[in-house]
Amino acid sequence: MGGMTLTASPDLTTAPAAVELDGVVKRFGAVTAVDGVSLTIRPGEVVALLGPNGAGKTTTVDMLLGLQRPTDGAVRVYGRAPHEAVALGLVAAVMQTGALLKDYTVAETVRLTAVLFGRTRAEAQAALRRAGLADVANRLVGKCSGGQQQRLRFAMALLPDPELLILDEPTTGMDVAGRHEFWSAIRQDTARGRTVIFATHYLEEADAYADRVVFVRRGRVVADGTAAEVKAMASGRTVRATLPGAAESQLLAVPGVDRAEVRGDTVLLHGGDSDEIARYLLTRTAAHDLEITSRNLEDAFLALTAEDPA
Amino acid sequence: MTVTTRTLPRFGGFSLGMIALELRRLMRNKRTVVFTLVLPAVFFLLFGTSSQYKSERVGGGNVTGYVLVSMAVYGAMLATTSGGAMVSIERAAGWSRQLRLTPLRPAAYVATKITLAMIIGAVSVAVAFAVGALSGARLPASAWVLCALLAWVCALVFAAFGLFMGYLLPSENVMQILGPVLAVLSFAGGLFVPVDDLGHTFATIAKFTPVYGVGELARAPLTHDGNLWLAAVNVVVWTALFAAGAVWRFRRDTARV
Repeated sequence: MGGMTLTASPDLTTAPAAVELDGVVKRFGAVTAVDGVSLTIRPGEVVALLGPNGAGKTTTVDMLLGLQRPTDGAVRVYGRAPHEAVALGLVAAVMQTGALLKDYTVAETVRLTAVLFGRTRAEAQAALRRAGLADVANRLVGKCSGGQQQRLRFAMALLPDPELLILDEPTTGMDVAGRHEFWSAIRQDTARGRTVIFATHYLEEADAYADRVVFVRRGRVVADGTAAEVKAMASGRTVRATLPGAAESQLLAVPGVDRAEVRGDTVLLHGGDSDEIARYLLTRTAAHDLEITSRNLEDAFLALTAEDPA
Repeated sequence: MTVTTRTLPRFGGFSLGMIALELRRLMRNKRTVVFTLVLPAVFFLLFGTSSQYKSERVGGGNVTGYVLVSMAVYGAMLATTSGGAMVSIERAAGWSRQLRLTPLRPAAYVATKITLAMIIGAVSVAVAFAVGALSGARLPASAWVLCALLAWVCALVFAAFGLFMGYLLPSENVMQILGPVLAVLSFAGGLFVPVDDLGHTFATIAKFTPVYGVGELARAPLTHDGNLWLAAVNVVVWTALFAAGAVWRFRRDTARV
């Protein structure tokens, strides 16, 4: 007997979302850490969770992992309660403060994880090799470098072959090459269908590697979309064109423009809907040589997280 | 592995595999080995093996045997307390949180720690009795078995104590606090000096301390002496108190889940 088997409907049309947050609220006494978050993440998506410190990212992740219970609303992971999804190995995480015991060896740590998830010794050894830890298998965890310990955390997280992997600041402390290597590996992994949610403060990582960016601020989702959408939404785009003899007052009358600047024959028009501005320039004026640029995710981040004027 | 074919482990994750790995880790800790296996045997050799003690009779054996049983109780106590108190170290290191990301249920975790505590307690008693047998302790044949069993089983009260303290004190070196506490309790409970030698008032107080009952019960097969009902009530009440404390702290600890 291999223990209790839990089966779900194999019907793909009703396949559950990887993550389903429905009106989730979490209060700690008088403090509201998460204030009504609703979010659906489909299997296979790579989602970056961004927001300033104290925005509610960690609390949200804790609720996905069953470490915190929502005050209100519902959290489902692959259609199940989070603690159940964790126990089944559907979701695993590498936490920023992922703790290890110093007086276990690397191999023992992975083997203990395998024992707990009901995996074989061979699977534990394979996980060690994949993580590049075979050479230090018999070293005490306390004597391992920070990089080796981080690889060990990954070996432990990947051992149950989770459908959803949650990463909290995964590349902190890695150099540029290490980060690149790390994300290539994650990309390969997600190509096989694994869902990834990561919190990061390297905005260029979110820009480069996430299919979707979710901005959280004061416990609410303030922007959700592709990196390009979020950048446009938060700080608009700039349309640059050659248009001799234009006056700023005329340009501000162009539909969708909120800022205009004239530099000799070049005009710079800024607005939320760059398509509309470009269409107008090309069809109603003599403008040519159009260039559309968006500001980077960092500007979007600053715009989205700026304090309200009130 | 797909979404639909995953299974949960049996017994909430309580497994021999985990116990074996945890035992290896414990035995690697030299301080644990010295305090739980070596120290009680050394105390016995220092304080129980004078030629006077070897020739003086107690019940069906000698005083050396009497001291041996007391030291075995002391060792079992140290072993089970430190086994239970492992939770403190693991909570301080954040390992408990890591384990919550596995199928291991909190109750299975506690059951694992109690099992470990009782295993090292058994080893501690066995080591002390082996040293005693080779160093002049004399007990009736049945008392060798019964005293050892009672010393071990009654040490469950200290597995509960260790767990309670482990959940109460979030410390990397909880045994540095608990070691002296256990030494004081052992004096008060008559493991190092018979309580009747402590004066009437103190002897009365001593009978209500948690080590007293365990010592009286464990030595009973040798001495056929003392108020066993009082001793048994002492053990039961203290076990219940420490277990209730451990459950209370354990519930608080897992309420955040």
